[in-house]
Amino acid sequence: MEKEKKSTALLKIFITTLYLSTFTFGGGYVIVSLMKKKFVDETHWIEQDEMLDLVAIAQSSPGPIAVNGSIAVGYKLCGIAGALVAIVGTIIPPFVIISIISYCYSAFRSNWVISEMLEGMQAGVAAVIASVTYDMGADIVKQKDDLGILIMIAAFVASYILEINVVFIVIVCGLVGVCRGQLEKRRGRGHKKTEDTSDENPEKHPDKGGME
Amino acid sequence: MIYLQLFLSFFQIGLFSFGGGYAAMPLIQGQIVKIHGWMTMSEFTDLITISQMTPGPIAVNSATFVGLRVAGYAGAAIATLGCILPSCIIVTVIVRLYLKYRKQDVLQEILGGIRPAVVAMIASAGVSIFVTAVWTGIDMISLAGTKWNLVVIFAVSVVLLRKFKLNPVWVMLLSGAMQVLCEVGTFLLS
Repeated sequence: MEKEKKSTALLKIFITTLYLSTFTFGGGYVIVSLMKKKFVDETHWIEQDEMLDLVAIAQSSPGPIAVNGSIAVGYKLCGIAGALVAIVGTIIPPFVIISIISYCYSAFRSNWVISEMLEGMQAGVAAVIASVTYDMGADIVKQKDDLGILIMIAAFVASYILEINVVFIVIVCGLVGVCRGQLEKRRGRGHKKTEDTSDENPEKHPDKGGME
Repeated sequence: MIYLQLFLSFFQIGLFSFGGGYAAMPLIQGQIVKIHGWMTMSEFTDLITISQMTPGPIAVNSATFVGLRVAGYAGAAIATLGCILPSCIIVTVIVRLYLKYRKQDVLQEILGGIRPAVVAMIASAGVSIFVTAVWTGIDMISLAGTKWNLVVIFAVSVVLLRKFKLNPVWVMLLSGAMQVLCEVGTFLLS
């Protein structure tokens, strides 16, 4: 039963990455958006927050974001086997397409229908990304987390207008998160002192951190 | 020893290209045009054009293209392997650590700060694609230079996605088809 479940999952990962990689015009963020739609919204194999964490890992690691994203999602779902299957699925389409094109490049380049088609697809790609970010952004706004909203706006300005390297943005936002956590803890401790509750942190249990 | 050279070159490209696509371009150029001379600059420009016109990451595309040119299919396979191997190792290790330690407070705090930024960066990529599509080849964003047909295609795509919940891949293919029809229409009218 377990085994069967795993092989279906692997097959699904392979088909999804193969299919998405064939249509990722416009770079890594498109494949990441489409993976979110597939594995978060459709199959519910990954939670939204988890997906955002995996995307953060994919974009802060060296290498193409599409490749990194597939590996991260594949590994999360099925371990090493999942990562391998995902990478093979992601690599096959560009490998085949580039092999074909390298033989008939001049014909491909001057083909009128292809170039118009590609131009129109850019608008479609932008729409897909817009739709996915709307969902994710609305989720953050709904949480009524003011700092989160502020980070979102600041990161957009930093990335789109100031063109700051994503690795720096990720590091700075991580630090901001830690600062907020520490401040909240301090404030929480202050409250506790005034309320005079004797047991400090009853939830903190050594076994909890080790749970998968 | 061409295979080893290909492998090592693309391994470096995979290892040092942070930030995806365009950030990797100078690195790829340095390895395949300047250091090894596997391609001329104009061939490299063609490669960039192909990469923009086809799906797939630019680093993987160039690995396949260069490998094929220099050493046939075996070369293409080895170059591609070299290019993705650093990702495989690094991402797997980080995800493993993430899955193990994510319940801890500090990591929760870090991730809580990063999540909104990730949404913003995806949005930023989307805006860039939209702007290049609608105002290609123009220095400044202007009303007169706007390709209104693409703006309409964008709007139609958004409606198809959100209102009719159409599969994104179909939406992308349809938007390509709409542009072709649009151009055929203007040609016939003129």
